[in-house]
Amino acid sequence: MPSPPASPCSDGDAAPSRTSRRHRARTAREQAPVFAAVAVGGGIGAVARYAAGVTWPTYAGAFPWTTLAINGVGCAVIGVFMVLITDVWTPHRLVRPFFGTGVLGGFTTFSTYAIKVQRSVDEGHALLGLTYMMTTPLVALAAVWSSAAVTRRLLMTRRSSP
Amino acid sequence: MTWLLVLAGGMVGAPMRYLTDRAVQARHDTIFPWGTLTVNVVDCLILGVVAGATIHGAAPASGQALVGTDFCGALTTYSTFSYETLRLAETGSRFLAAANVIASVVASLGAGFIGAAVVGAVWA
Repeated sequence: MPSPPASPCSDGDAAPSRTSRRHRARTAREQAPVFAAVAVGGGIGAVARYAAGVTWPTYAGAFPWTTLAINGVGCAVIGVFMVLITDVWTPHRLVRPFFGTGVLGGFTTFSTYAIKVQRSVDEGHALLGLTYMMTTPLVALAAVWSSAAVTRRLLMTRRSSP
Repeated sequence: MTWLLVLAGGMVGAPMRYLTDRAVQARHDTIFPWGTLTVNVVDCLILGVVAGATIHGAAPASGQALVGTDFCGALTTYSTFSYETLRLAETGSRFLAAANVIASVVASLGAGFIGAAVVGAVWA
C-alpha cells in the first residue's frame, strides 16, 4: 500500500531545534494512534491466519492450499476495500491503517509462501514447490484485479440506476 | 498459550512492517514500492534462517512456531504487494508492475533459500 503523505512537519531542517523538537513530539502524538491501529489490526490478522492454519492444516509433501487460500482471500478483500475507501467513502483516518495495513497485512504472508516453496524443494518435492511458486502470485494478482474490477462495476451500476 | 504468542507476534510484526515501509518510501522519489519489497525480502531471509535452524536442531520447534508463523508472517504481506502491483499496472507502469512481481518472487525465494542454506552450512 502506498505510504501516507509525509507529514508537513517532516521538512523542518532549517527550523530551530526547539521547534523541531516540538514538531517531532507533535508528529509522534499524531502517529501514535495510527501505530496502535496497525498493531491491533496486525494482531487480529495474524490470529485469523493462525486459526485458518489450525483448522485446515497441510502436511509436508502436500500442496499448501491453506496459505494459498489465505493469500488469495486477503488479496480479494484488499481490492474491494481500496476501491471502497478511494471511490465511495472517506473513512476515518485510522480505518486504512487498521484494516488495510494491519488486519489484511497481518493475515496475508509472503514469508510463509517463500518458506513453503523452499521446504518443498528441500524435501524432494521440486515440482510441488515450483507449482506453488507460480500459482500464488497468479492467484493473488487475479484476486485483487477481479475484486477491484467487480466492485467498480457494481458501484457504476448503482450510480447510473435511478 | 500459542494463540497469545501469535497475537503478540502480529501486534509487533505489523507495526514494524509499517515503520520499515515508511522509512524506505521516504528515502526515494520513485513510484516503485521498494518498502514492501524490502520488508518481504528481509523477512524471508529471517524466516529462512529460523526454518534452517529448526531443521538442523539448532533451534527448538516452538521457535519455528513463534518466530516463523507469527512474527514473520505478520511482518510480510501478500495483500499490499498485490494491490501495489495492481496500482502500478493501472497507472500505466506495466513494466514496473511486472518487475515488482518478478523481483518480489525471485528475491524473497532467494532470501529464504540463502537463509536456510547458510544455517545448514554452519550447523551441519
